[in-house]
Amino acid sequence: MNAELIFSLTIFALAVFLGFELIARVPTLLHTPLMSGTNAIHGIVLVGAMLVAGTADSTLEQVLAFVAIVFGTVNVVGGFLVTDRMLDMFRRRPDRPDRADRAE
Amino acid sequence: MTLPLALSQNTVNLVYAAAAILLILGIKRLSSPATARSGNLVAAAGMALAVGITLFSPGLDRYWLIAAGIAFGSVIGFASARMVRMTAIPQMVALFNGVGGGAAALIAAAEFHRLAPEPGGLAGDILAGIMFSALIGSISFSGSLVAFAKLQELLPGRPLTFPAQQVFNGLLFAATLAAAVAAAAAEEQVWMVALLVGALVFGVMLVLPIGGADMPVVISFLNAFTGLAAASTGFVLDNVALIIGGTLVGASGTLLTVLMGRAMNRSLANVLFGAFGAAPSGGGAGGAATADGQMVREITAEDAAVMLAYASQVMVVPGYGLAVAQAQHATRELADLLEARGVRVKYAIHPVAGRMPGHMNVLLAEASVPYPQLMDMEDANPELGRTDVALVVGANDVTNPAARSNPESPLYGMPILDVDSAANVIVLKRSMSPGFAGIDNELYSNPKTAMLFGDAKASVERLVAGVKAV
Repeated sequence: MNAELIFSLTIFALAVFLGFELIARVPTLLHTPLMSGTNAIHGIVLVGAMLVAGTADSTLEQVLAFVAIVFGTVNVVGGFLVTDRMLDMFRRRPDRPDRADRAE
Repeated sequence: MTLPLALSQNTVNLVYAAAAILLILGIKRLSSPATARSGNLVAAAGMALAVGITLFSPGLDRYWLIAAGIAFGSVIGFASARMVRMTAIPQMVALFNGVGGGAAALIAAAEFHRLAPEPGGLAGDILAGIMFSALIGSISFSGSLVAFAKLQELLPGRPLTFPAQQVFNGLLFAATLAAAVAAAAAEEQVWMVALLVGALVFGVMLVLPIGGADMPVVISFLNAFTGLAAASTGFVLDNVALIIGGTLVGASGTLLTVLMGRAMNRSLANVLFGAFGAAPSGGGAGGAATADGQMVREITAEDAAVMLAYASQVMVVPGYGLAVAQAQHATRELADLLEARGVRVKYAIHPVAGRMPGHMNVLLAEASVPYPQLMDMEDANPELGRTDVALVVGANDVTNPAARSNPESPLYGMPILDVDSAANVIVLKRSMSPGFAGIDNELYSNPKTAMLFGDAKASVERLVAGVKAV
C-alpha cells in the first residue's frame, strides 16, 4: 500500500461517517428533495470524465469519455435544476395570488 | 493543446477541498426545511467550483471534446429538468441517477482500455477501483433505466418474474464477478466487455422482479450505488473531489434507503429479493378476499358531496392517482370549501404514498396546502378513528388492510393508514384495476366503503360542485 492509497482510504472512511451524520435527522417531508439533491451531487463523476477525456489516447477512449461527460453533465445540470424546482414549491406557500384566486 | 494557465496539482486539490466543504454544507442545509433551497444552491456552487477548477488541471487536454460534451449534456439536462411535470419527477430522478452510474462505468472502461495494454502495469488498487466502478456503475445504469420504464409505465409496474429467477440472477452475478476477476488478472479487453455486459443484464434482472410500491426504495438504493461508483473512480483517478462527493452520496443514500425501508417495515434484502417476487396476480385463483372483491358499492358525486359537507372531520388520503391527475389544486379547493362550512379537514400522508417518500408533501405544497394540516402516519391513524369520512384520492396499496390481516399478502407487515377505522370511506379511483403493486385491495369491498369512479381531478371537481350546491 502506498501513501496516496492510505490517504484516500482515510478520506473515504471520514466521508462515510459524515454522510451518515449529515442526514440522520432529516424529516420525511424532505426525503424526495434530499434524494434528488444527493443524486445531483454524485454528478461529480463529471470531473472524472473530464480528466479521462484529457488523457484519452485512442478514438475509442475519446468516444467513451465524451459520452461519460454528456452523462455526467446531464446528471449535474438536471439534478440540481429539478431539485430547485421541487424546493421552490415549499418556499412559495404563504403568498401566491395566482393559486389563491383559483382556490377561492 | 494545453491551457497556458494550467495550475499545479496542489492548487487544484486546495480548490477541491473548498468545493467539498460547499457540498457538505449543501447536504447539511438540504436536510432542514428552512434551508433546503439554499442548500441545493450551495451544493451546486460547490459542483461548479469542482468542475471549473478541473479545467485547469495539469496535463489536461482535448478541450474541444470536453466543451462539446458539457454543452450537449447541459442542453439535455436543462431541457429535461425544465419540461418534466412534477408528477414525473420520481422517474426523472431515476434517469439522472442512471446516467451518473453510466458515466462511472464508462470512465472505468476508458481507463482500463488506456492502461491495460501493458500487462502488470496496473497497480492492484487501481484495478480494483476500475472493476468496482464498472460493476456498480453498470448495475446502477441499467437498473435505473428499468425503474424509469416502470414508473413511466413503459413496463408493467407489477413484478415481472419467471421460474428459477433467483438462481439465474445468482449465477449471472457470479459470472459477472468472475469476469471482473479475469479482467483484473489477464488485463484483456474481452473480459472488461464481459463484465460490462454481465453487470448491465444483472441490473435489469435485479429491478424487473420488484413491484412498483417498492420502486422508491430501489431508486434510493441505486442512488447510493452510483455514489459509490463515483467514489471508486476517485480511487482510480486519484482524485479527492470524486472520493468525497461520491462517498457522501453513497453513505447518505444508504441511510436514506434504510429510513425508507423502515417506513415500510421491510429490510432492504426483503425489498430486493423478497416477497413481492412471489405475488399472486390480480385475478388469481380465488382466495377469500377476491371472492368478495367483485362486490363494491358505487356512489354518485352528489351523494358523496353531501356526506362530506355534513361531516365534522374529513381525512384526505392522497396517493399516486392524485399526482397523475394533477388533482392537488382541486383537492385544496374542496378542502377550503369544507372548512368554510366548519368541517375539520386533515391530510393523512403515508411515508411512501405516491412513488417516492415525500412525493405527496411536494404536490400538496405546490397547491399551498397549509403544512399543519398534513399528518404523518403515526398521528393520522388514531385520528382516523375519530373521522367521519376518509376521502381516499388515488391511493391504493398504502390503505390495503391485507397488510395488517393477511399473512399471505405480499404487502403483509407494511404499516398502512387504517382508513377502514373511519366511519365512512369514499374512494376516488379510476377503475377497479389493482394498484401499482398489482394486488387486490379488500378495502373496496368493505361495507363502509363507497367508490366514486373516474379521473381523480374530474371527480374532485364534481365533489366541489356538489358541496357548493348543498
